Amino acid sequence: MRPSSFLLTGVAKLLVGAFPRWMGCAPEATQRIYFANHTSHIDTVAIWAALPIRLRNITHPVAAKDYWGGGVRRYIATKMLRAVLIDRSRSDPNANPLAPLIEMLQLGESLIIFPEGTRGASAVPGPFKSGLYHLATQFPSAQLVPVYLENLHRSLPKGAILPIPMTCTVRFGAPMALSADETKEAFLERARGEVVRLAGNVKA
Amino acid sequence: MALQEKMIWVFGGVIVLLTIASLAGAILGKGAHSESGRATVENLKARVNAWWVMIAVLAVTFALGETVTLVVFAFVSFFALREFITLTPTRPSDYLPLLLAFFVILPGQYLLIAHQNYGTFAIFIPVYGFLLLPAVATFAGDTHEFLERSAKLQWATMITVYCISYAPALLLLKIPGYEGSSALLLLYLLLIVQLSDVLQYVFGKLFGRTKLAPVVSPSKTVEGLVGGGVTTTLIGGLLHWITPFTFWQATAISFVIVAAGVLGGLTLSAMKRGLGAKDWGVMIEGHGGMLDRMDSVSFAAPVFFHVVRFFFT
Repeated sequence: MRPSSFLLTGVAKLLVGAFPRWMGCAPEATQRIYFANHTSHIDTVAIWAALPIRLRNITHPVAAKDYWGGGVRRYIATKMLRAVLIDRSRSDPNANPLAPLIEMLQLGESLIIFPEGTRGASAVPGPFKSGLYHLATQFPSAQLVPVYLENLHRSLPKGAILPIPMTCTVRFGAPMALSADETKEAFLERARGEVVRLAGNVKA
Repeated sequence: MALQEKMIWVFGGVIVLLTIASLAGAILGKGAHSESGRATVENLKARVNAWWVMIAVLAVTFALGETVTLVVFAFVSFFALREFITLTPTRPSDYLPLLLAFFVILPGQYLLIAHQNYGTFAIFIPVYGFLLLPAVATFAGDTHEFLERSAKLQWATMITVYCISYAPALLLLKIPGYEGSSALLLLYLLLIVQLSDVLQYVFGKLFGRTKLAPVVSPSKTVEGLVGGGVTTTLIGGLLHWITPFTFWQATAISFVIVAAGVLGGLTLSAMKRGLGAKDWGVMIEGHGGMLDRMDSVSFAAPVFFHVVRFFFT
């Protein structure tokens, strides 16, 4: 890992703690797709900082190209976090926006995704987009690990630039898999439910 | 004895105590059979281990001098404020005053102490922080529970920044005949406060029967308070050779430190329980958060500072 990556995770830990809580699985180096609630721009760094270094080396956050695709942000995303950029706006309608993710999974690497597709303002996640389902059908052997990020919606409200220091735990739940006859809608709702369950009884 | 020699004696004593505590933990661990007994011993071990780390950090901090001590305490305040705000419900419209508290008021307070300006550092937060925090909050145009929200921020900065900063502020006291030894006063304060907490816990576990404040602080007992408080006051008297005080002065002052510490522990415990939490945070294994370790210090530090400043400078 680059020294700048350590600097980034260090600053993240100083600002938001990012204390890992392995509630449903151990930090093992199996292929995983971590999926989490999304409320702020530090979510990606927070999850990444909560992973042990050996897992950071094989795990790639997925970030939106329209936000992380240029300038300093691009450097942070692609060089420090080794993120995969996804084209949310689908500038080429024929291209599969999931292609770069699929490529990464084919290499045996793990991903961090935010299935809501955008940042929400509340403590519990909104409806999930179908990307997680498509990845789950194509990579049945990858473990789907629900992750709940606590408090970050308070730390960096939409539009704010500097995060308010806040202690945040990163809760990793029990891995789940797609059932044989499960519909897309049922699966996505079940996956969302797993993240909500990790939230415990927080106020919405 | 020179300053350094005294420091070495005090830290040596602490290391002997911690070694005994670690051995006690290992022996108790072999004898514990019940579920709750084992949990208590595990927590005891975690606490002792965390003490080793805290003492090591403190020793290195003191060795590196006054500036580093100030910076370390600024970080203590930072982590304590971070915990306080995490547990306190805030609204998105509190964003601006929160930034002010973390990134202007906190460093400002420690800079004023570094400039050795008692007149300004003593009023900076109680007057200017007090007025500015709610004033800045009005910019967001949100009047929902405005008084409550202002009070939360004012309390957060007063306890975690202002009160805690009085501990390293001891370094700037100029006591005739005690020049250059103020670091020992800081060490003395921390030692008495923490020893009082530890001995109250030990006496409570050994002889605790009567709960002192079952709602506010369920683990505190009358036996623990009296046993731990009296023992600590006596030790405080016996440690007078590291202070500018006589034996009786040191005994009286350590009694004041213990009393203030107890009140601090009770007040902050009531506050965190009112916010629905058992611990302030998770930073220090076995202890909870930074503020669980600093709650007594936040009350004892300003009282001790003012007693010394009034009677000895």
